[in-house]
Amino acid sequence: MKAFRRETGLAAPLDRANVDTDQIIPKQFLKSIKRTGFGDNLFDAWRFLDEGDIGLTPNERRLNHRFVLNQPRYQEAGVLLARRNFGCGSSREHAVWALLEYGFFAVVAPSFADIFFENCFKNGLLPIRLDEALVDDLFGRAQGDGGLELTIDLEAQRIELPDGGELAFEVPSSARRKLLDGLDDIGLTLAQADRIRAFETSYHQRRPWLKRGVGASEAAAP
Amino acid sequence: MPTLYDKIWADHLIGEREDGQSLLYIDLQLLHEVTSPQAFAGLAQAGRMLWRRQANLATPDHNVPTENRAAGIDGIADSVAREQVVALDDNCRQHGVRQFDMLDPRQGIVHVMGPEQGATLPGMTIVCGDSHTSTHGAFGALAQGVGTSEVEHVMATQCLAQSKARNMAVQINGNLPAGVYAKDLALALIGRIGTAGATGHTIEYQGEAVRALSMEGRMTLCNLSIEAGARAGLVAVDDTTLEYLEDRPLAPSGSEWQAALAHWQELVSDSDAEFDSAASLDAAALMPQVTWGTSPEMVAGIEEVTPNPNQAADPTEADGIERALAYMGLAAEQPIADIRLDRIFIGSCTNARLEDLRVAASIVSGRRVASNIKQALVVPGSGLVKQAAEAEGLADIFTAAGFEWRAPGCSMCLAMNPDKLLPGEHCASTSNRNFEGRQGHGGRTHLVSPAMAAAAAVAGRFVDVRQWL
Repeated sequence: MKAFRRETGLAAPLDRANVDTDQIIPKQFLKSIKRTGFGDNLFDAWRFLDEGDIGLTPNERRLNHRFVLNQPRYQEAGVLLARRNFGCGSSREHAVWALLEYGFFAVVAPSFADIFFENCFKNGLLPIRLDEALVDDLFGRAQGDGGLELTIDLEAQRIELPDGGELAFEVPSSARRKLLDGLDDIGLTLAQADRIRAFETSYHQRRPWLKRGVGASEAAAP
Repeated sequence: MPTLYDKIWADHLIGEREDGQSLLYIDLQLLHEVTSPQAFAGLAQAGRMLWRRQANLATPDHNVPTENRAAGIDGIADSVAREQVVALDDNCRQHGVRQFDMLDPRQGIVHVMGPEQGATLPGMTIVCGDSHTSTHGAFGALAQGVGTSEVEHVMATQCLAQSKARNMAVQINGNLPAGVYAKDLALALIGRIGTAGATGHTIEYQGEAVRALSMEGRMTLCNLSIEAGARAGLVAVDDTTLEYLEDRPLAPSGSEWQAALAHWQELVSDSDAEFDSAASLDAAALMPQVTWGTSPEMVAGIEEVTPNPNQAADPTEADGIERALAYMGLAAEQPIADIRLDRIFIGSCTNARLEDLRVAASIVSGRRVASNIKQALVVPGSGLVKQAAEAEGLADIFTAAGFEWRAPGCSMCLAMNPDKLLPGEHCASTSNRNFEGRQGHGGRTHLVSPAMAAAAAVAGRFVDVRQWL
């Protein structure tokens, strides 16, 4: 995973609450067995007027010019401004992959759904929670003339505004460390492999009925 | 004074990782074709193996077609979807993971299959790359939906690295009136606390209405925990749980059963347990629920009307109501019973178990699907549910009434397979999400109980099923 330290980008205001992961990346695009190829279909049903499917490229589609991300002024946006409970619904990590691939490096909202929030940190997308009034203010600026460019400094946990103002934010310390160093989560856990193995042995002595598990496939590997 | 969640957490806690995250040991991971291929690929890329292959159980469900099942994988016309099911097959074979494949009668929706096989046991920690994993909490198991990175993490380490959630008690008193079900309880709760009402929490459902529910009803209730934003939902173990589990193929037997019983009976919150937050509901006061909007919290009783955005609490909510009414093609203050329907879907991990099909069949028995209904689908939750329903004549009741009787899978709940709504169509659905486009591009979903969906099929619009009993 790429490390996240300090990034600057334009904010795009997506002014609706409870944006679910079905909207972020609709189901027909989940048939892929890869982690890439989702950016073109981010917010597909809102960005396009016609129904999308795997294999159709954006220039074969009818653009919904009224949708905020299609407005010329937000084309290079790197920060998505959103409303409360962003990322609710399905656990699909494809939603995070799509946001990153489209070009967002952070989402700023008053609140996020749990699974989406966790998925962000696994992939280097930074979810930032701010008070609703602060988010409101950012919406106003992003929608105003000239737009709003934000610099997000993760080390300092600070958003820098063009007028010199600053907004403090907090992310869980473990997640922050991982993002700053671009650490491999599995590697981090496997560093404790001996401890896990010891726990497992004693656990299965305490709960012997769980030791057998559900079995294996008939063509089981050795 | 620990809660049930505290007890399961403590029982699986290995310790802290260097970054401060807790390592929680995971007993069971359920796998399906949509969220596992990237995880298997990640393992291969890093040269890692499964930590414990017998802790994984797989079945294809999300995009399998519900027709022409005898053809197996060759029957999947969509080549992209087929590739996913083939990848699951290959990955399971390669890693030695047990799978109930498309031709196996035990194949089904993961959250129907797991409990049915006795793979889901009290006190377990369970994960699956699917948010409705909360279903398994009905057994007093800590069951969480996770993303694909965490699927891979559990494959490689048998642990989740996470921080503990807070405890929330949902107290449901009183007895459910006839014609009102677990689905209505769950929808009414979400309507009350909102889709973010339980964010960061594990819910424990308590109270006499919960104790009175069958395991099927408890699964429906826990299934919808995620729609209230919860990390997981739980119901404490009691005799109903044990009766359901006894003699299931993967459940323990003999002396192991006895040993397990001793542990399982401790799986209740202490009487002086402290919860961080609480909500309550009076089951006796509930009427059948119908969602009118594009979020599960947008719900009303069958005797009620859609809301008026002018009466919303704040501009964001008003905007949400207005947008939802426009998408759904409904007016403010429109009676729910005026909503006419185009399709009916009885299925999904929320409501496709035998009990659900029995209730729906009892309503349609001797009646006909209304002429304005273009399609009425029944999609059993698993091959075994399908067999049982056929054996007791339910399939015949549905087909005689004009329903289509299909093969098991997620089907029109998320419309990854060929079963979907057309733009503008209204569907009475026993599934779990009414998001824009969820059941098909431009489709309009109304979430209801199986009984309400069955009555709506016959009437062609929403009716109060309490008057049909």
